[in-house]
Amino acid sequence: MAEAEDVKFKVTIDGIPVEVAPGTTILNAARQIGGDIVPPAMCYYSKLEGSGGKCRTCLVKVSKGSEKDPRPMPKLVASCRTTVMDGMEVQNITSPEVVEARKGVVEILLINHPLDCPICDQAGECKLQDLGYEHGSADTRYEFDRRTFEQIDLGDKIQLHMNRCILCYRCVYVANQLTDQRVHGILGRGDHSEISTYIENIIDNDFSGNVIDVCPVGALTDKTFRFKNRVWFTKPVDAHRDCPTCSGKVTLWYKGEEVIRVTARKDEFGEVEEFICNTCRFDQKKTSDWILDEPTEIDPQSVISANHYELFNPPKVVKENPILQQQNREQLARTEKLK
Amino acid sequence: MARKLLLTHIDVPGINTFEVYRQKGGYVAVEKVIKTMSPEDVVEEVKKSGLRGRGGAGFPTGMKWSFLAKPEGVPRYLVCNADESEPGTFKDRYLMTHIPHALIEGMIVSSFALGANTSYIYVRGEMMPQIRILERAIAEAKENGFLGKNILGSGYDLEIYVQPGGGAYICGEETALLESLEGKRGNPRIKPPFPAIAGLYNCPTVVNNVESIAATVPIINLGGEEYATIGVERSTGTKLISASGNIVKPGVYEIELGLPVEEFIYSDEYCGGIANGKRMKAVVAGGSSVPILPANLILKTAAGNSRLMTYESLSDGGFQTGTMLGSGGFIVFDEDQCVVRNTWNFARFYHHESCGQCSPCREGTGWMEKVLHKIESGHGSMSDIDLLWDVQRKIEGNTICPLGDAAAWPVAAAIRHFRDEFEWHILHPEESQTRNYGLAHYADPLQPIVS
Repeated sequence: MAEAEDVKFKVTIDGIPVEVAPGTTILNAARQIGGDIVPPAMCYYSKLEGSGGKCRTCLVKVSKGSEKDPRPMPKLVASCRTTVMDGMEVQNITSPEVVEARKGVVEILLINHPLDCPICDQAGECKLQDLGYEHGSADTRYEFDRRTFEQIDLGDKIQLHMNRCILCYRCVYVANQLTDQRVHGILGRGDHSEISTYIENIIDNDFSGNVIDVCPVGALTDKTFRFKNRVWFTKPVDAHRDCPTCSGKVTLWYKGEEVIRVTARKDEFGEVEEFICNTCRFDQKKTSDWILDEPTEIDPQSVISANHYELFNPPKVVKENPILQQQNREQLARTEKLK
Repeated sequence: MARKLLLTHIDVPGINTFEVYRQKGGYVAVEKVIKTMSPEDVVEEVKKSGLRGRGGAGFPTGMKWSFLAKPEGVPRYLVCNADESEPGTFKDRYLMTHIPHALIEGMIVSSFALGANTSYIYVRGEMMPQIRILERAIAEAKENGFLGKNILGSGYDLEIYVQPGGGAYICGEETALLESLEGKRGNPRIKPPFPAIAGLYNCPTVVNNVESIAATVPIINLGGEEYATIGVERSTGTKLISASGNIVKPGVYEIELGLPVEEFIYSDEYCGGIANGKRMKAVVAGGSSVPILPANLILKTAAGNSRLMTYESLSDGGFQTGTMLGSGGFIVFDEDQCVVRNTWNFARFYHHESCGQCSPCREGTGWMEKVLHKIESGHGSMSDIDLLWDVQRKIEGNTICPLGDAAAWPVAAAIRHFRDEFEWHILHPEESQTRNYGLAHYADPLQPIVS
């Protein structure tokens, strides 16, 4: 058996070879390589079983099926749900066909999106914003009224903005896999299908708040954080507490001295590492409730890092190198001068 | 008179009852199969017959059956797809209404071949009368010992259940049908795994169209090789065609595959020509999903050969100059019909029936419908045609299930072959509201190919 476990499949993604365990999806193989060749994923969530395959942003071209059967796959495939074969060759950003298809998907995801980022709480940490920024075009070719839905109330914790939803089904999987009773789901069909409860109901469960974290867009947001602040004015800090129901590992979002929001910790792909309970998320909003660990690592590309966080607390590599330290001081001086 | 296999006794009064059906040679195939054949023999006969799926895709039925996984101790299922809802297709409803025992007999034969002890007929929700008819037929077959425990003393048990659907077109896609049958939301599954490995309740499952299942009865009665002599090339046997539109005699016809399209439209045995002495403008040959072809291309292939009613001949020339046999929904348009309006109508259907699971189809079908409506109502601009072309290209092939392709193809074909009609709509917005573009040059002889 030990030998069988060591079997590795060699996959080449955009010319970069990687060895992965059998059963890995193309997307996860690409994530092992990292960098620009990782296909974007709006609906796939590695922590949720059965997710993925719906948004079609992660489409890639399989130019060689496997070592045994080198025929290419006839259509673009969803990399999040296609498992690798030994010797498979995949083209992502090197294939014009994929880039074109992805542009189409992004355009199609945006035609009915309200584009109300200025008043959306998700702005700044929205996957659709990132996707549109990277792959979308500046104008729209859609000239009709955008689809709207009736507002429904999901209780005092979670705010649903159905107009912004891209129907990734993540929140449905969360409710199925984390909680003992799912009260919300998809109603209706086609482009008028919506996330809703039937019959109008509130979502109240120990782990219901996680739907906010998994939502890639601003469709499900935290009512206790609503309109409090823009995320790029807040400072995220990792913290933990001894919680009887969950791991208690969270990110606290500070505005000054005040904790204005608590979320689960997210990895570099924006996925929650460990789901947290509603007590941690909604009820523990004092610094004294938590043991602080360290400042959350934020991608330098992210707008959240725009509060010059690292200038006051330079990264480790800068601290160790006197030349970099000097440069950092000079740059800080220049920035201060500009103000 | 062409040979008929499924509708041989369709005119016999009372053929929908067990007694009459039995008198006319019904359930002989069941006796033959259960008493003299092994399941493998039946699969072999169906393979030999060359029967191809009658639901639209045309996948060889025998091959599909042989892909069925057969793990020990796991039940296998046969599911009959009677969720017929493609615009222009009504053959299954006709078959189930008038000769339900043909389907039940086929179900018994097929279930025996696959080793299934429980089989389902998933009927579209709107077909309530047909559901009652099938339930009565099943009860009759059971009374006479052809269903239930220990059929004909062979030790083989089979129960057939009729399950009404909710009336969604998407539930005709096999994995969505299985989801719906399990009592879930009818969303297509992401393949692989295919139903032959993990289908209904995660067990190996075969999903077949009503007509494919009914066709196993003549295959067993005649023998696979004899059945394969009907038809041409890889299109064997007979096929039910639902003919509709501007023809003299619309209805369901059983044809031998290989019949020339021209004969099918103009001969008195079949459609009887175009109604009211009009001329033919276009034909949708296999249900709304397949590309529409102008009159000159449907009668002759681009190479100048006469086009036949076969899987191969209709798709001759690819999507550039060909179409598909599909599910056999043959819609004929005369010179007074507007292709733009018809395309809009189809797009509206797909917009309404998209399940909303994957984004290109959910958003794209609605977009196409709106643009087409804009052109049809005289508010279009020239860039809209290119936009439509671009949108359909973004949908095709990028979706989970074939509904996205089915929505994109009619739009693409309409623009490909009838672009001047779209342009006329845009250039003459007021005139287009009061009269149609007419026949134009769509029936003119084809230009010889310049090599």
